[in-house]
Amino acid sequence: MATVATRERVSSDPGRAKPSKRPVGRWLSDHLVLLVGILVLVYIFVPIGYIFALSFNQPSGRSATAQFESFTWSNWTSICEPEGLCDSLQLSFEVSITATLLATLLGTLMAFALVRHSFRGRSTSNLVIFLPMATPEVVMGSSLLAMFVSVGLDSVLGFVTIVIAHVLFCLSFVVVTVKARLVGMDSRLEQAAMDLYANEWQTFRLVTLPLAMPGIVAAAMLSFSLSFDDFIVTNFTSGQSVTFPLYVYGSKLRDFPAQLFVVGTLMFLVSFVFVIAAELWRRRRSAIR
Amino acid sequence: MADTGRDLRVEGLTKRFGDFLAVDDLTLTVPQGSFFALLGPSGCGKTTTLRMVAGLDDPTAGRVLIGDEDVTYLRPYKRPVNTVFQSYALFPHLTIFENVAFGLRRRGVKDYKQKTLDMIDLVQLGPYAARKPAQLSGGQQQRVALGRALINEPAVLLLDEPLGALDLKLRRQMQIELKRIQTEIAVTFVHVTHDQEEAMTMADTIAVMNHGVIEQMGAPGDLYENPETTFVANFLGQSNLIRVDVIDTVDQDVVVDCYGQKVGVVASRSHAGGRNAWLGVRPEKVFAEAAGADHRVGSNILTGGRVTDVSFVGVSTQYLVAMPWGQELMVFEQNTGQRPLFRNGDQLDITWSPAHAFLLDADQDARAGVMTPEDDE
Repeated sequence: MATVATRERVSSDPGRAKPSKRPVGRWLSDHLVLLVGILVLVYIFVPIGYIFALSFNQPSGRSATAQFESFTWSNWTSICEPEGLCDSLQLSFEVSITATLLATLLGTLMAFALVRHSFRGRSTSNLVIFLPMATPEVVMGSSLLAMFVSVGLDSVLGFVTIVIAHVLFCLSFVVVTVKARLVGMDSRLEQAAMDLYANEWQTFRLVTLPLAMPGIVAAAMLSFSLSFDDFIVTNFTSGQSVTFPLYVYGSKLRDFPAQLFVVGTLMFLVSFVFVIAAELWRRRRSAIR
Repeated sequence: MADTGRDLRVEGLTKRFGDFLAVDDLTLTVPQGSFFALLGPSGCGKTTTLRMVAGLDDPTAGRVLIGDEDVTYLRPYKRPVNTVFQSYALFPHLTIFENVAFGLRRRGVKDYKQKTLDMIDLVQLGPYAARKPAQLSGGQQQRVALGRALINEPAVLLLDEPLGALDLKLRRQMQIELKRIQTEIAVTFVHVTHDQEEAMTMADTIAVMNHGVIEQMGAPGDLYENPETTFVANFLGQSNLIRVDVIDTVDQDVVVDCYGQKVGVVASRSHAGGRNAWLGVRPEKVFAEAAGADHRVGSNILTGGRVTDVSFVGVSTQYLVAMPWGQELMVFEQNTGQRPLFRNGDQLDITWSPAHAFLLDADQDARAGVMTPEDDE
C-alpha cells in the first residue's frame, strides 16, 4: 500500500510542478522509486522462485541437485516418502503450536500486568523482558542445555525441553507486541463498560479482550513462525528428537530429498495466503469506515 | 422513574492524590430531576467529583448517597448512575446498535431489541444502527453516547464535558437538545463543564468550583447578578472590580467611597466584612453619559471618565473608560441608535443602579477566575 501511494505521488506531482524538465530525466525521476522497488522485489523473490521451480524437478540421483533436469509431479505426491520427513514436520507442528499457546497466554498476562498495574520493579521488568531478544541464540541454547543437564532433565531431552526453550524466546516478542496494543487502548472504554453494568469479567470478555485481540493474534503468529523455524536453540535442547529445521540441516549433510522443496513451497504459499487474507480483511474494514 | 426521594447527595466528599487535594470536603444536594452543573476551570476537581459519583474513583473520605442508599463504595456497575464520557468512549468494535444495547443486555433486559431501536430513533440515528462509531460524525457520536447512557433509565446521568469536542454551532444545537431531553424524561443530570455559557444555558443550578471547593452555588441568574467571590464575578461573565472604602450603611444601602466619589450598594448584595472592599458591577449594567449630562439612568455616578478604546461588535459597543485613578472600566452598550457612539478621548460620566452592584471581600484576588486565552480550550 505504502509503496503504491509513494509512487503515485512521485509520478504525478513533480510532473505537474516542473513541466520544463527534459523528458528522459523527468521520466527517470518520476519512476525511480518504482524501479528500485521492483529490483528489491526481484531480490526477495528470486530465491523463492528457485525453491518453487526445484519442487517440480526430477533429480537423476537420490539427492536433489541445483540442476533442473525434468518436470515431475512426483515430489508433490510423495511428500512423506523420505524417511523421517513427515515425522519431523509433525513434531515441529506440535512444538510450535504448544509453544505458541503457552507463550501467548503467559506473554499476554505479563503485558497486562506491565501496562495496567504499577508495582515495584515494573520498569526493571520492562527492561529484563528484552533480554532474551538480545541474547545470541547460541548462548541461549548452550546455557539451556547446561541447565537441563544440571537439573537432571538430560534423560528426557526432546519435546518438553524444546517447548520450554521456545516459550522462553517467544515470550519477549509476545510481551512487546501485546504491550504496544494495550498502551494504545483507551482505559475509558473499560470504565464505560463498567458504567454500563458490565462486571469485571464481562468488561474483560466484551471490551478489553476484543480490543486487544489484534495484538494477541499478531503475537501468536510471530511466536509460531519464530518457533517453527528455530534451529539453533532447538539443536541444543532436542536430544534425539528431530524437528523440521533439524531434519533439513541433517539432509544437507546426507541426501537432500527434493520433497523438501515441496514443503518449502507449501510453507511459503500458506503464509502468503495468510498475508493476502489479512490485507483483504483490513481493506474491507477500512472501506466500511 | 417517578419514584421520589432519589436525590443525589454528596457529604464531605474528599479526594487526595498524594499531596494534592483534588476535592476538599464537598457537600451538596442535587434534587431529583434537576439539571445541575459543576462549573470550574480545568483542575478544579469537578471531573474527580463526577468520577467518585460514578464509582470510577474511590473517595478518600465522605459519602455519596442516591436517595437513602449509600453508594460510596459500590462498584460502578452496581449503581443506578450512567455517564456520558468526555470524547464519548464508544466501543469501537461494536455497532451503534450494540453500543446502545450494551447496558440493557448486561442487566438481562428481555425486550432490549425494541428498546434499543426506540432509543436510536429518539437520538435520531435510525439509519446508522448497523454502523461502527468511527463512521459517524462528532455530533452523531455524541448522540450515541447520550442514548447509550439514557436507555438504562439511570437515577442520575453524569455528563463529563459532553459537548467539548463539538464545534460552536453544533454545541449550541446540542445544548438545546440536551435541555429538551432532560425536561422530557425528568432524569437528574449532573453536567461537568468549564464553559460558563454552556452551564448557564442549560442548568437549573450551578455550583462554581475552584481548588476543590464550591465557591458559590445557585441559579444561573443569582450567580451572575449577585456573585459572592471575585472568582465567581470573573469566571461567570466579566466584572469591573473597583477598590473602595466602606463608609456607612444608610437604610438598605451600603455607602462606599470610591476614590473620593460616594456610591451606594444594596445591603443584601454586600459580601464584604471589613473596611475595604471590591465594588463590582457588570459592564452591561453600566451606562455611559456625556460628561455633565442630565443623568437619568442609575443613581450611582462616577465622573471624570475618558474613552480609551471603542470596540464595535454589531449588536453592542464595548468601551474602555479610563477613570481618574487610572483604572480602565468596561462599559457595554446596546446599539439602539438613540445617540451617536462615543469616540476615543471623549469625556464622560458612568452611572448604574445601586441594585446592580455588589461588594466583595477585599482580601480576595481581583483577578481570580479571569479567563486568559490559554484557558479557553
